[in-house]
Amino acid sequence: MSTLQLKKLNKTYENGYEAVPSLDIAVNDGEFLVLVGPSGCGKSTVLRMVAGLEDITSGDMVIDGVRVNDMSPQQRDIAMVFQNYALYPNMTVGENIGFAMKLRKVDKNIMAAKIKEVGELLELTPVLDRRPGQLSGGQRQRVAMGRAIVREPKLFLMDEPLSNLDAKLRVQTRGEISRLQRRLGVTTLYVTHDQVEAMTMGDRVAVLRRGHLMQCASPQQLYQSPDNLFVGQFIGSPSMNVMKATVIEVDKVPALKIGAQTLTLSPEALTRLPGLASMVGRDVAFGVRPEALGREGTGSLDVKVELVEMLGAELLVHATIDSPLVKQTDDGIETGTKDTSMIIVSMDPRHMVAVGDRVTLPVDTTRIHLFDMTNGDAIGFTN
Amino acid sequence: MTAQLAELQAAEVLTDPPSGGDDHGFQGVESPAVAVTKRTISYGVLIFFALIYLGPFLLSIATSFKTSAGSLAKPLSLIPNPISTLAWRQLFGFSKSVVDIKLGRWTLNSIIVTVCITVGRVGLASLAGYSLARIRFPGRKQVLALILGVMMVPGVVLLIPRFLILKQLSLRNSYMGMVIPLLVDCAAIYLMKQNFEALPISVEEAARIDGANTFRIFRTIVLPMARPSLIAVTVLSVQGAWNEFTMFLVANDKPELNTLTLGLSQFKGGLGSGSNHPLLLGAALLTTIPIIIVFFTFQRYFTGDASTGSDK
Repeated sequence: MSTLQLKKLNKTYENGYEAVPSLDIAVNDGEFLVLVGPSGCGKSTVLRMVAGLEDITSGDMVIDGVRVNDMSPQQRDIAMVFQNYALYPNMTVGENIGFAMKLRKVDKNIMAAKIKEVGELLELTPVLDRRPGQLSGGQRQRVAMGRAIVREPKLFLMDEPLSNLDAKLRVQTRGEISRLQRRLGVTTLYVTHDQVEAMTMGDRVAVLRRGHLMQCASPQQLYQSPDNLFVGQFIGSPSMNVMKATVIEVDKVPALKIGAQTLTLSPEALTRLPGLASMVGRDVAFGVRPEALGREGTGSLDVKVELVEMLGAELLVHATIDSPLVKQTDDGIETGTKDTSMIIVSMDPRHMVAVGDRVTLPVDTTRIHLFDMTNGDAIGFTN
Repeated sequence: MTAQLAELQAAEVLTDPPSGGDDHGFQGVESPAVAVTKRTISYGVLIFFALIYLGPFLLSIATSFKTSAGSLAKPLSLIPNPISTLAWRQLFGFSKSVVDIKLGRWTLNSIIVTVCITVGRVGLASLAGYSLARIRFPGRKQVLALILGVMMVPGVVLLIPRFLILKQLSLRNSYMGMVIPLLVDCAAIYLMKQNFEALPISVEEAARIDGANTFRIFRTIVLPMARPSLIAVTVLSVQGAWNEFTMFLVANDKPELNTLTLGLSQFKGGLGSGSNHPLLLGAALLTTIPIIIVFFTFQRYFTGDASTGSDK
């Protein structure tokens, strides 16, 4: 039974670089929390601070109600799985798994029994006497997991543990780690840059950008109601289409003007956007996910097909629309210089679409997103 | 007839386009004649340099089997004529010699100082190298600069200061006096530091999280991973200490503490033995044997990567 709280956590390096300005996150008991974000967002720094491998500049770190800022890694009772596994090359698999117990002078019989138990759990029994150099990538990854599990720690910390595996093994191991974590019930903080991993594994996902927490919510909530443009575009593959739009009024009802086209909003959509009436005349970033286009909906948009990708389960159509794209950059919200932008539409594979076609796409306006053009915050969605 | 056939075949080989050249469109594939010429030249160059390096060694072997007069008459001949085993008999005490040959004693002394210097150098270089590589302490950069600076100073320059220090501390004419000045080797420290820095730090961090302290990590995790460098430093130390001459000359003038190098030097300086090349070169050959054994024993470990399997 363990919880982790990060309160106003700050990490500033000696050269003045502020990797994490002020982070507040609470991980509940038994929860699988994923820290996700692009490279350099500070996620690994946070994990290393939790592990005690990096000093905390300011703020508090609390594990089970105890402030652990000044505790050494071993005193924190945590276990970490490293990206490169960090196995001890001169020890056998069994010795690797038992090293922490050996240091704690655990009775040899108990140690042997535990190593055996973990070996069986992770299907490592046949290789317990081998050295890491003789193992496959997947086996090494399991040894790294075994080394963490056997400790029965308060917290599991995992730093991109799947990034060195090939695609097939990664999917398989992803499921194994999730199952194992649920079975053991150990509170877990997991770092990845892969949003698919984050969405599939986490009970909750914390999206970081340049050390700031952009949103921390369940995968479903992140996907359906992103708090800001960054989360909207970061989560989801293919990512959300975002373009410039202007709020207008058609017959005294708010609608969106996208390029030269007008997108009328359904009454359901309008109830989800209560503040829209007061925004008439303002520019907004209009976001719509590929699957909310081209299937069914009350609105419609005309596009020109540029590329068609048949994936079997879906048809990905790349098309141009006559409105500039909007994206979040390091300098803020940027509007594209071209008058058109490329969007991706996920259509039913039975549709017949050819390159060069001009098609009218149905738009499910209950699934659209609007973001402020100045700060990228989501506008007026109520769930 | 057979000769004609062979000529024809040779001509075909020479004029044939390289096999596969048409199918795959390879450009610039050499004809066999060019390849043979190139190979001949490269082997020629290799043999030339091998002879340059091996020549003196072969000459030592040959000269050790010459008579003293024979060695002076034909110093560069690789075939002793007449063949004499006098030098070898003198070395092993079966025949009398002008100089006092105490091969056993010198070898023992050489072994004692070599072992002490090597153990000290490997131990201190790995400890110092690790602290410079991994532990952040104030003045770390300055210490490193100092070590690099000392590496630039020629050893000869340090002989007289070392002599004065040893004299002041009354350490001359003792094993301690011969060993202590050579215990620390800046090049070895630097080599170890570079090696430790190249090891994956996450392995050490994993051990720290597992509950190991710095010394335990160093001993149990880091040293085994640094095995190739440790062996390199060991071999270089053994070689350096075994062949050391000037420092021992400065530190010692007691005959019973003479090492092989000091003993050998007597062959050259003594009256009436100045021209005894067979004896000198025979002894020199003998002293080389342990180094050759050490080198070939450890050679295969140089290339092995002991951190294999720690990551990915």
